[in-house]
Amino acid sequence: MADVVNVRINGQELEVKAGTTAAVAVFMAGVTCFRRSVTGEVRAPLCGMGVCMECRVTIDGVPHSRSCQTLCVEGMEIRTDG
Amino acid sequence: MLGDTPLNSGADAVVIGAGIVGACCAHLLRREGMRVAVVEAGVIAGGATGAGMGHIVVMDDNPAEYELTLYSQRLWAELLPVLPPQVEFDPCGTLWVAADEEEMAGVEAKFASYTMRGMRAEILDGRSVAEAEPALRKGLAGGLLVRGDSVIYAPCATAWFLQGVDVRRGRVVAVTDGGVRLEDGSSLSCEVVVCAAGASSSELFPQLEVRPRKGHLAITDRYPGYVRHQLVELGYLKSAHGHSTESVAFNVQPRKTGQLLIGSSRQYGVTSPAVDRPLLDRMLRRALEYMPGLAQLSVLRTWTGFRPSTPDNMPAIGLCPERENVWFATGHEGLGITTSLGTAHLLVDLVAHRTPVIDPRPFAPERLWRDG
Repeated sequence: MADVVNVRINGQELEVKAGTTAAVAVFMAGVTCFRRSVTGEVRAPLCGMGVCMECRVTIDGVPHSRSCQTLCVEGMEIRTDG
Repeated sequence: MLGDTPLNSGADAVVIGAGIVGACCAHLLRREGMRVAVVEAGVIAGGATGAGMGHIVVMDDNPAEYELTLYSQRLWAELLPVLPPQVEFDPCGTLWVAADEEEMAGVEAKFASYTMRGMRAEILDGRSVAEAEPALRKGLAGGLLVRGDSVIYAPCATAWFLQGVDVRRGRVVAVTDGGVRLEDGSSLSCEVVVCAAGASSSELFPQLEVRPRKGHLAITDRYPGYVRHQLVELGYLKSAHGHSTESVAFNVQPRKTGQLLIGSSRQYGVTSPAVDRPLLDRMLRRALEYMPGLAQLSVLRTWTGFRPSTPDNMPAIGLCPERENVWFATGHEGLGITTSLGTAHLLVDLVAHRTPVIDPRPFAPERLWRDG
């Protein structure tokens, strides 16, 4: 397995260590708004263990994916609500 | 909720049930200058009102239903400027979906019946349906787009109608000539009793032929723009107006939040509110036949509710056959959100000895009254 993988966060290229979660990659890219609540509030990871659902982002076109439970893989495309 | 009538004094009118029908009746009775109390055994909008979709739809299955739904839709439109944003009114329209040419013939008949009465409707061919709703499966024959239909969040509308109304928690166990008696032994005196108890109505009035008809719904996470209109398969009426023990029909509604409500099922003879997995699966498989991509969306919650159904699919609105002081506003099956306003106007006109705007005779409770 490669030591590093390349992902894109809102179009921005990022190299991360293998085994990095998508949630960490999003933070590393300097993005702090993972999603917006129904009333437009900024949301970001809270529990880090897949329960609170606050860390949801769109991963490879799949909306509402839990970034804290998803490991980065080569070529992964991550989109947040900005 | 703060009321305007103290608990121990009487009211002019007592409404049994704080669903949307009872709430509308209370709202209008109060406007007549009556002191109104609503008695609710559970919570406000806790029955079919809260469990259902909140579709304001004109149905053309028979002339009386058509009159009542059309009248009600116009009343909703008049109310629109004063409804708060929490009611989430969404003028998304209804797209009746025809799967094949046989159903397209049904679309043409429906188009004729709507436009004859001055309603706006458009026949869409297969290509136009695909453009209007890209998530529908390819190869559908067409559909009928009814733009005047809309969607609301019924529990908030119910709460709005109940503003300033005295709502009391309690179960009515008997209706007497002088008022109602509650389970806790207390009584409430009044001139007029309105039974708007929905699927529970026959518990209090066993002679009234209203029986619970269970339904299931699922709600997804937010997928804004995935569906644009309320989508209903043309065969829906077969499910809604047939009387088979169990049936399902494709019915998907976009909410303002971007969530999708997925229905529908109909089931007689069941009293347990538990989700029936095999029937839920059947309902969702039906939805997938029309919208395969739904399989990729996440469902957050599933639940059930009970519609108050009647043998002829029409509500009971009017005076109780055996009582001078008891009125019915119940039995709305799956149309209570739409017809609540028309029902309340009709009922209050009858109570006030005015001539209602629409003919009340098809809704007379006598036809649902069993001897005994």
